[in-house]
Amino acid sequence: MTKFMLLMNMDGGNCETPMLEWDEADMKAHMDHLGQGIEELRQNGELVEVMGLTWPSHAKVVRAASVTAPVLTDGPYAESKEVLAGYTMVDVESEERAYEIAAYQSAAPGPGGVPLEQPIEVRRVMESDADLQDF
Amino acid sequence: MPISKTSDPEGPSDGLEDLLRELTPQVLGAVVRWSGDFAAAEDAVQEALLAAATTWPRDGRPDKPKAWLIQTASRRLIDEVRRQQARRRREERAALREVPAADVEEHDDTLRLLFLCCHPVLTPASAIALTLRAVGGLTTAEIATAYLVPEATMAQRISRAKQKLKGASFELDADPERLRNVLHVLYLMFNEGYTSTSGPELHRSDLSTEAIRLTRAVRAQLSDDGQVAGLLALMLLTDARRVARTGKGGELIPLAEQDRSLWDRNHIAEGVALAVEAFDTPPLGEYQIQAAIAALHDEVDRAEDTDWPQILALYGLLEDLSGNPMVKLNRAIAAAMVDGPDAGLKLLEPLDDELAGHYRLDATRGHLYEMRGDDETAAGHFRAAARGTTSLPERDYLMTKAASLS
Repeated sequence: MTKFMLLMNMDGGNCETPMLEWDEADMKAHMDHLGQGIEELRQNGELVEVMGLTWPSHAKVVRAASVTAPVLTDGPYAESKEVLAGYTMVDVESEERAYEIAAYQSAAPGPGGVPLEQPIEVRRVMESDADLQDF
Repeated sequence: MPISKTSDPEGPSDGLEDLLRELTPQVLGAVVRWSGDFAAAEDAVQEALLAAATTWPRDGRPDKPKAWLIQTASRRLIDEVRRQQARRRREERAALREVPAADVEEHDDTLRLLFLCCHPVLTPASAIALTLRAVGGLTTAEIATAYLVPEATMAQRISRAKQKLKGASFELDADPERLRNVLHVLYLMFNEGYTSTSGPELHRSDLSTEAIRLTRAVRAQLSDDGQVAGLLALMLLTDARRVARTGKGGELIPLAEQDRSLWDRNHIAEGVALAVEAFDTPPLGEYQIQAAIAALHDEVDRAEDTDWPQILALYGLLEDLSGNPMVKLNRAIAAAMVDGPDAGLKLLEPLDDELAGHYRLDATRGHLYEMRGDDETAAGHFRAAARGTTSLPERDYLMTKAASLS
């Protein structure tokens, strides 16, 4: 079994409307889709951890140098729309299975039931020195 | 994840786990009182428990299990001190103390131990962790799971808390401040389980269950204290609604929309009786009043039968007592239920300074504007509240609320 982290960003799908402005049925369909996927992963023992993160407005960037006090700022982030929304850690048989789960998450419906096609970043968790050899 | 409270029926130790769990705080309390060193006493008690778990099923249970554990732990402690003697002469004196006799006084030190664990030198978070470990008998792994942190992290936190208690008084003084601190820690522990402040799941119910159990233990020893009874009543009446509080997908269901047939009738009956008793037992404090309010909500079968005028009066009383802005917020909701949404909105105005930017203020305004029929303003407030909360079920609830009004 290999661990993968699936990262979902706040934005990046094919829908420009911020989620806070979706209508009720669309929002529910979106949450149900993701919730159902997580429940399945939990049932078949593939789920390690799932975390949703709070809004980008709660985020802070910390920089510290040895001589001054750490500096806390509201950014900059790599790209303001790309702030991490949440992540799912899975422990699965194969890389393919991780991609399958990511594809399911990416297909979560947006307004009007159209799949959002949000990009899901898949990262393998480094678990031993051997993992370094792949690079 | 579940923190097991029942012994394994398959195992040879039928009922042993429960017995040890119940005796642990009493034994630890006695050994701390005798040795004056919390950290060392805890290690010794852990060893004694281990010895009991391995020898009792084989050799049979001693006649006085508590005395056996105290003696065993005390001997281990002395052994340990002796080992260190060569290096540290000053500990010689401790080693010369006598081991408590087998017929130790039948005296429950649980409460004393709870007071020590809730010592004001500790932060509430450390106090809760230490209480769960020393008084609740939970393992470090169980506490770590409940707090979603690695076991090593929690072990470190608990050990730092123990170090901080070195030299702290183990006297059960009559200082009401200490009791207040204990009740506050139990209250926070309960709330932590009832509404998780972070993470994807709304409940970590094992923490609430443990808080109720410990509050019962306090009440067993301080049965004539109105605050203790009030706190227990409040916990039972709140916990009674737990199952009805979330839907299938973990989403929040507000009080007015809950399926009341799911509420725990036994908890409600016990809680209401306790709340009534507590309300008549001075000194009147916040827990009794909050319990009375919870009782008024729990007693009725339909949300529309709720006695809002009486709840409003109780919030008025609570506000005089505490001046807490959250109380003012709740009072505004009660006022809206009695005199209409405008009355509530007016009471919220002064809170813009005190609760500036707090999502609960926005959420409350959302509800009151919705009552008023002003859906657009309501949706705006719900969206602002959704942006402000750090709890995911709460955020989902607020977003759905906004969406239903847009």
